[in-house]
Amino acid sequence: MSLQAVAFYLMALVSVVSALLVVSAKNPVHSVLYLITVFFSAAGLFVLMGAEFLAMLLVVVYVGAVAVLFLFVVMMLDVDFVALRQGFARYLPIGGAIGVILLVEMVLVATAVAEHGAAAKYAAPLAAGEISNTEAIGRVLYTDYLYLFEAAGLVLLVAMIGALVLTLRHRPGVKRQNIAAQVGRTPAKGMEIVQIKDGAGIPE
Amino acid sequence: MNLSGALSLALPELVLTIAALLLLVVGAFSKKAISMVSLGAGLALTVAAFLAATGPAGMQFGGSYIADNAAAFAKVFIYGFSAVAILLGDRWLKRLDNQSFEFPVLIVIAALGMGMMASAGDLISLYIGIELHSLALYVLAAFRRDDARSSEAGLKYFVLGALSSGMLLYGASLIYGFAGSTRFDVIATAVQAGAQNGVLFGLVFLICGLAFKISAAPFHMWTPDVYEGAPTPVVMFITTAPKLAAMVLIARVLIDAFGDAVEQWRQVVLAIAMISVVVGAFAGLVQKNLKRLIAYSSIANIGYALIGLSAANQQGVASMLVFMVLYMVDVTGFLACLMALKREGRPMETLADISGLFRQKPGMALVMTVLSFSFLGLPPFSGFWGKFFVFRAALNAGLWPVAVAGLVLSVVAAFFYLRVIKVMWFDPAPQGAVAKEPVEAKAVAIVAGLFSAAGIWFALSGLDHLAMNAAAALSQR
Repeated sequence: MSLQAVAFYLMALVSVVSALLVVSAKNPVHSVLYLITVFFSAAGLFVLMGAEFLAMLLVVVYVGAVAVLFLFVVMMLDVDFVALRQGFARYLPIGGAIGVILLVEMVLVATAVAEHGAAAKYAAPLAAGEISNTEAIGRVLYTDYLYLFEAAGLVLLVAMIGALVLTLRHRPGVKRQNIAAQVGRTPAKGMEIVQIKDGAGIPE
Repeated sequence: MNLSGALSLALPELVLTIAALLLLVVGAFSKKAISMVSLGAGLALTVAAFLAATGPAGMQFGGSYIADNAAAFAKVFIYGFSAVAILLGDRWLKRLDNQSFEFPVLIVIAALGMGMMASAGDLISLYIGIELHSLALYVLAAFRRDDARSSEAGLKYFVLGALSSGMLLYGASLIYGFAGSTRFDVIATAVQAGAQNGVLFGLVFLICGLAFKISAAPFHMWTPDVYEGAPTPVVMFITTAPKLAAMVLIARVLIDAFGDAVEQWRQVVLAIAMISVVVGAFAGLVQKNLKRLIAYSSIANIGYALIGLSAANQQGVASMLVFMVLYMVDVTGFLACLMALKREGRPMETLADISGLFRQKPGMALVMTVLSFSFLGLPPFSGFWGKFFVFRAALNAGLWPVAVAGLVLSVVAAFFYLRVIKVMWFDPAPQGAVAKEPVEAKAVAIVAGLFSAAGIWFALSGLDHLAMNAAAALSQR
């Protein structure tokens, strides 16, 4: 067995086992950690296929952002996971049916790919050693896909506006730092000299 | 690629993007300029509609952007109804002391996304257009964040919308895998050479995902709850522009990309259409809340539009476009009436609220009667012509069982429209004074009522001509 095959089977095994552990782990924090393992081994599989850009993206986006977000949610929100698991037996038939349907679909698609080769005639792999695929993506992202790239930016803008609209509250009476007022303050404005009479105290 | 040529083709989108960004900055820095932001947004939408109507036709950005008669037809109405939504919504929120500059900005961005949908030439721009407008709609549905029902509406819409996006993407990935491209014209050549099962599999998922967006049954579960909870001007917006954009998009996908697999997709579309008409007609019978009633009415009406589309020829697509436009006018007028009417400071939302309305507000009651007759499809009103065109297209395509079933079910649905009319004219009015209607909602309602009753006689032939031109652009490629 070549080194590549060994690496493939190792990472495939790790990803399948940890995917099973994601759904079966009792502790939700462990589930998220297993999920990170799945992402890492999937990134390894991408590297084996020569798609190093996708592998890095998987690590940066899914491990770096999504999984950490999950961890935050799991740890900071008081989600009752025991209550969520209740009704497992009740939903088993419909869940099982959906699972079987998905399995049948995947087998159908896989056999169709095996027979017809899933549009292999269109996929034009890059000639080896010409440019890396990171460079290839960089070349088309701002040229061929400019319109879609900018529109995707607008989607993110909407998400930001939405988060602000739904959560930002202007409370009255909150003290905010006003730098101009701080800098513009002079000893004359900031200090008041009061003559105190004996036994009278300081007037308001 | 010649960038300036491409940008000049996408000028309406460019205008809307720049306007949205500018208005966002103006609104963020000037607390008092909210009405000005709304005005600017309305102006930008009008300019964009004009540019879309007069702009050149063509295909740019590697096939992902198409400007043709169909896109121009859809964009003019999308931008127009978006502007009406801004007019109604801005004043409505001001009366609730909840006016904010994000409302017009979000509507402009949503309109931009819908325009992208109408111009989509490949699966990626289809998806990005859908996400852009849906995200804005989720936020708009939850806009009255201190109202529990509005927040619930936003959350439900978001979760189910995300689910539908998942189905849509799964279908799109299958189509890409088996057809070898995301471009509609390349998919069309692949389908011409013989549609494999994988492509059709993907197409079914794509149709299901899009059916969510137009709230066609059996993917309609979110509609009544979202309509009931969301602010009324937002309901008006959700019922009109996004549905037209999604219908044009569905027509483009089915006719442009899958024109050679008509027999395969027609069954799916017809099944969805018939289930929608049945669900809308029967579930509407038990509704007491008028906004839920509108929700079921919109489900049934989307079914009629899909019947027109399933004729799969120029006449069918044109009938679908005419039907959608006439329905959008009616529903805008009806919801403007609901926005205008208030009893004891509470908006009228249920059948009990509007009982005896004729004695207190004869003008509004008359407008609502006209619009209900139009929904019902009674001959002199505009709704009749919409249904007439759809059924004529279905009969010409040989789909007479569907047309007959649709006619029978529209008689069932007539019951709940007639009940609205009966409650308004013959039931006793409850206690409590009816507040004076705000000017803009009243004006929109009256214009819609007049169009439905009289204007249609002057507009119908022109509208039909434009719709035929638009449909020709789709069935050409």
